[in-house]
Amino acid sequence: MAEFGRRKFSATALPGFSTVAAITFIVLYAPIVTLVIYSFNASDSVALWGGFSAKWYGIAWQNTHVQEATIRSIIIAVSASAIATTVATMAALGTTRRGKYSGQTLIYIMINQPLMVPEIVTAVALLIFFASIKVATGYTGLIYLIVAHSAFCVPFAYLPIRARLEGMDLTLETAAADLYSTPFRTFRRVTLPLLAPGIAAGAMLAFVISLDDVVITEFVKSAGQDTLPTYMLGQLRRAVTPEVNAIATALLCLTVLLLTLFFLLTRKRG
Amino acid sequence: MKKTLILSAVAALIAGAAHAEGELNIYNWGNYTNPDLIKKFEEAYDVKVTITDYDSNTTALTKVEAGGHGFDIVVPSNGYVKIFIDKGLLLETRPDQMENFKNMDPTWVNVGWDMGRHYTVPWQWGSTGVAVNTSTYSGDINTSAIFLDPPAELAGKINVVPEMADVMAMAIYYVGGTDSCTEDKEILKKARDVLVAAKPSWLSMDYGTTDKLSSGEWVASVNWNGSTFRARLANPTVQYGYPVEGYPLWMDSVAVLADAKNVENAKLFQNFIMDPENAAMISAFARYSNGIMGSDAFMPADMKTAPEINPPAELAAAGKFAEACPKAVQDIHTAIWTELQK
Amino acid sequence: MSTSLEKQRARDGWLLSAPALVLLVFAAAGPLLIVATYAFLTPGDYSGVVWDFTLKAWFQVLFERDIFDDSISMADAHLSIFWRSIRLSLLTTILTFLFGLPTAWFIATRPAKQRAAWLFLITIPFWTNLLIRTFAIMEVIRYDGLLNKALLGIGLIETPLRIMYTDTAVLIGMTYVYLPLMVLPMFAAIDRLDIRLIEASYDLYATRLKVLTKIILPIVRPGIIAGSILVFVPSIGAYVTPRVLGGGKKMMVGNFIELQFGAGRNWPLGAALSLILLLIVSVALIFYVRVSTRSDSDG
Repeated sequence: MAEFGRRKFSATALPGFSTVAAITFIVLYAPIVTLVIYSFNASDSVALWGGFSAKWYGIAWQNTHVQEATIRSIIIAVSASAIATTVATMAALGTTRRGKYSGQTLIYIMINQPLMVPEIVTAVALLIFFASIKVATGYTGLIYLIVAHSAFCVPFAYLPIRARLEGMDLTLETAAADLYSTPFRTFRRVTLPLLAPGIAAGAMLAFVISLDDVVITEFVKSAGQDTLPTYMLGQLRRAVTPEVNAIATALLCLTVLLLTLFFLLTRKRG
Repeated sequence: MKKTLILSAVAALIAGAAHAEGELNIYNWGNYTNPDLIKKFEEAYDVKVTITDYDSNTTALTKVEAGGHGFDIVVPSNGYVKIFIDKGLLLETRPDQMENFKNMDPTWVNVGWDMGRHYTVPWQWGSTGVAVNTSTYSGDINTSAIFLDPPAELAGKINVVPEMADVMAMAIYYVGGTDSCTEDKEILKKARDVLVAAKPSWLSMDYGTTDKLSSGEWVASVNWNGSTFRARLANPTVQYGYPVEGYPLWMDSVAVLADAKNVENAKLFQNFIMDPENAAMISAFARYSNGIMGSDAFMPADMKTAPEINPPAELAAAGKFAEACPKAVQDIHTAIWTELQK
Repeated sequence: MSTSLEKQRARDGWLLSAPALVLLVFAAAGPLLIVATYAFLTPGDYSGVVWDFTLKAWFQVLFERDIFDDSISMADAHLSIFWRSIRLSLLTTILTFLFGLPTAWFIATRPAKQRAAWLFLITIPFWTNLLIRTFAIMEVIRYDGLLNKALLGIGLIETPLRIMYTDTAVLIGMTYVYLPLMVLPMFAAIDRLDIRLIEASYDLYATRLKVLTKIILPIVRPGIIAGSILVFVPSIGAYVTPRVLGGGKKMMVGNFIELQFGAGRNWPLGAALSLILLLIVSVALIFYVRVSTRSDSDG
């Protein structure tokens, strides 16, 4: 009996936690399953099943407008999350674990400001500001969207990193410094690995947030700069067809494939 | 090979649109432009056309007014064409002197928002009425009572599209008003009361009408005629009603922007869509009428007789074009709308 | 504590934060000042503003002049919209926490090599477009949808539940949409926890409850606070979910402000409303900074 009890006991097990986690994962994927199913819908509807067909994949494959929008979304999301995570990591290092100094609260409020106003307000503000730059310089490239996305992604990257850093032990870094490690080396070899899960969490959030943005993109975009969400917004008034489900499913498969490959490769090396 | 292809695509995307010869940037409502029409135009004139979407007249106006957008052509609705013109945002391209203007239906030449067609060419026009699933309700559907004083069979299963201007206009007509921008407080008060009283019978205020009407999730909805047409093709029991009390008409028109970079191509496009065959392509895609004579001959067969496209003569007169209301009236509409959705 | 040390700390802090601040001043906070000035101007006839100073927008936030008899009363429509938004956002925050904490805990306690895979599993559903995802949720909760079929199948209910177009639907949708914003910061915080600490406390006969309140919660706390901010603050301005799942019958603050900048053509009122929202949230955040820095010096 004692044997049995010890085997079952785990320090990390909390009653009910695994069950709730399992339910969460099931609930998260239930809509994704219906999304994939409806991508094979023969009818024009995302709500009414009309039999099995792969025709929407063919239609999506032909539609260059939507393909370009998808690629554009990904380019923006990758660039913006990389920029946002970099500056957010630095800011998190600058605002935690160093005791109080003047202006700390101001920095904190400024970094989180994009969270605090509805998107439409930032969108109008950016439209007016960027439009004047566009008129003055004549340049209307994708950079405006990348900069706008980077900015509103900052708090989403910053907060998880900060949560990781807060109250984190300084012993290892002090030890490294005691052993005459340079500050940069200490950062690269000690602080950064300790921070990695926070950075990963922040980068993932920033990526997802950028990928989903509609309102700010709608106002900042120039000619020929539709992203997948603004394309969808335009469709909303008329009718949304399973074409977008097909694109979502294709992207889903691609990511899962790439991730599996990535994990297999890193495992082999490890 | 593939890598360089992707890289160059990425580079092109980041570099932004260079305004060289042979380009045209159209800023239009989403899912509204027939890709075959664009392909035909591109091949005929050796022009690369880029379509960018918007979802409301106000978004389009705000963006165009801010400048630096890079668009050549915009397609605003009737009420907004006048605002665009008054603000000096449109180029006077004189479509009335273009070659294909001979095909223009005279009905649409002297319109309030562009007298004599000095700026714009019709894209599509339609009406906002009510769509009803007649398997649930067999009474008269040519009335706004469908959603403003709903019969028991429909209560709780009605959708109203969240278009403030259209819904306000229908309510005002329903209570006896003749002008959707009326300043008559008595009429406005009645309109508010009828809307507030009807609201509990509504299930939702949303778009996506075509889908949910054909699936039967909504039994009735305030809806556009073309959308109802597409719903009927999927589910024959869905019918379109033209409210006898009055209903809004709208027309989206193609205009060239004052700060357009590709003016000549934009003018070519205006002329191009006044060709009956091309106008028919526009209608075949989104299922609304155009304003070009002779285009019927090239339309899909099911459109020629569709009751959604061809209103019965006795109800045609009840349709009215609505202007964008003056600021003071607009504020009252917004206040009523807010009260409705609080 | 010498002042020179404190000065250096401040200098380093500002220096490290500088890139983020420059980016935000350029592309968020700075341009926002333009809109802030609009709150004191007169609305233009069809869009934008006219440069005539007035406080009318601020008056409109709180009071309404009856459109028919000119009597002035509290703008109860505005208050009820604000109140609904705050209530739904609070509930969303609580629900994401209740589902999120066990999930974050589960991920953080997997073997180190598996953790990245689980993190991806949590975020992949969010790589599909928000609108499509919301439509998919609709498929699950609608009258003849997946959920009702499942519940009927196992005999838990006799008639299908009507969830669509209610506040419950909005709540379900928002909880789904905002879940990763709660899980990921909590994961980042839990992941710091040294398992040996828990083992040691069990060895010292600590109860489960003691371990949870004395060891786990203090470690997770920064994550909970970060997650709560990331869920609560943006969900006040939520736009798509209330419209699609709630059927758009009732506005939230986000929709209401959008109306002022869109069809309502009253930019000054929209600007004033967002400044008030900004103020409320800033006060809450300053409170948070005070609390969290105090815990820093405790530890």
